[in-house]
Amino acid sequence: MCLGIPGEVIEIRADQPDLAKVDVSGVKRLINIGLLSDDPPQPGEWVLIHVGFALSRIDEAEAAAAMEFLEGIGQAYEDEIAALKESMID
Amino acid sequence: MRFVDEFRDAEQARALAAKIAALCEPGRQYKFMEVCGGHTHTIYKHGLEDYLPESINLVHGPGCPVCVIPMGRIDDAMHLAAREDVIMTSFGDMLRVPGSNGSFFDAKARGTDIRMVYSPLDSLKIARQNPDKQVVFMAIGFETTAPSTAMTMLRARAEGLKNFSVFCNHVTIVPAIKAILDSPDLRLDGFLGPGHVSTVIGCRPYEFIAREYGKPVVTAGFEPLDILRSIYMLMVQLAEGRCEVENQYSRVVPWDGNLVALKAIGETMELRPYFEWRGLGFISHSAMKVREKYAEMDAELLFKVPGVRVADPKACQCGEVLKGVLKPWECKVFGTACTPETPIGTCMVSPEGACAAYYNYGRMERHRVPVTIGERP
Ligand code: SF4
Repeated sequence: MCLGIPGEVIEIRADQPDLAKVDVSGVKRLINIGLLSDDPPQPGEWVLIHVGFALSRIDEAEAAAAMEFLEGIGQAYEDEIAALKESMID
Repeated sequence: MRFVDEFRDAEQARALAAKIAALCEPGRQYKFMEVCGGHTHTIYKHGLEDYLPESINLVHGPGCPVCVIPMGRIDDAMHLAAREDVIMTSFGDMLRVPGSNGSFFDAKARGTDIRMVYSPLDSLKIARQNPDKQVVFMAIGFETTAPSTAMTMLRARAEGLKNFSVFCNHVTIVPAIKAILDSPDLRLDGFLGPGHVSTVIGCRPYEFIAREYGKPVVTAGFEPLDILRSIYMLMVQLAEGRCEVENQYSRVVPWDGNLVALKAIGETMELRPYFEWRGLGFISHSAMKVREKYAEMDAELLFKVPGVRVADPKACQCGEVLKGVLKPWECKVFGTACTPETPIGTCMVSPEGACAAYYNYGRMERHRVPVTIGERP
């Protein structure tokens, strides 16, 4: 739950601009981007996600590096992705 | 048992290690604490200590939020969860932490309504779907997760939701670092500052460590090279007689942190006068509680929480491990009575816990990797 997972922003919800659909290694879910409201990320940009909230914007290289770190973590990462899949933020 | 895990940049790591070695004063021992459990994980996964000169020792800090929750708080949460009118929710990691009468998972198996969530926002949704129940979110974590709890509370308030509350166990990293600095057990030469916590609080809160305690701090990223570079930066500071806060992870961590996040925390939570940490005892101003303004969302006010204090199991030496005084394998039950499958202490539960990291990668001793540039081990 402490893991920051990188996700690519796919779209911002027009009706709720603090929600965005992201793609985390193929898993597409809604997350909250309210913590980045000073300078909201745009589709195509990457964010680091903690427990359903984008905490910082990152570039693609950083996203790849973060993903490599997570994949190395093994079970904990799989648990996190499994939890994300269950997530039903809206 | 030893896992040789050559990572992508092993060559660069050796080059950095050589630069670090060149800065070591002969006869001097260096002790650096990595505060964050994520760093502990990288260090053990990649065997980074094997690259470093013998005179540099890495000490694991208290930065694993699941590890520092005292047993009494878990028992309190169980007490809440046992109520007929309550649905308890928390993160998966938390569900495995042993209380004095088993873990949340055990209670769940006995029929208590406890649900694992990915995000506090999922708890909010459960609350919307179950208007006849009180949905309690057991909030844990450092400043990395506190903003999520805060934003969820703001959302609940905006929606006028009446059946969502927070059992708040958010802890703050700086008082814990201070407690370690004040403890006579351990003399440190510097800190690797936490990465993700710092995205929220920024680097300024560490300035007192440099100013008042004369120790350098470098906020570090999570890749093997990030950690080695940060150790190099600490060594350069020591060699030059400087002692400052530096940011190695500036590609993610802004110096001033995330102001929106800090504002949300400040709006919904305030510091507790003191809070008990597993193994570290009571530390003043080291945790957050729900602000009075949001009293209707404070599970500790809504329900009678017994506020039990439970001594850690006798065999458990998590406190010493969390303070960096003991290496995990020096604990008497490590790997025998205490394993990730049957944890006695918290440090074995979370993958970020030092005991779990040691256990998973089987690193009980250091094996030097030759660091001369170009040479292959
Ligand atoms: S081995 Fe188990 S009991 Fe001992 S310090 Fe580690 S987690 Fe605690």
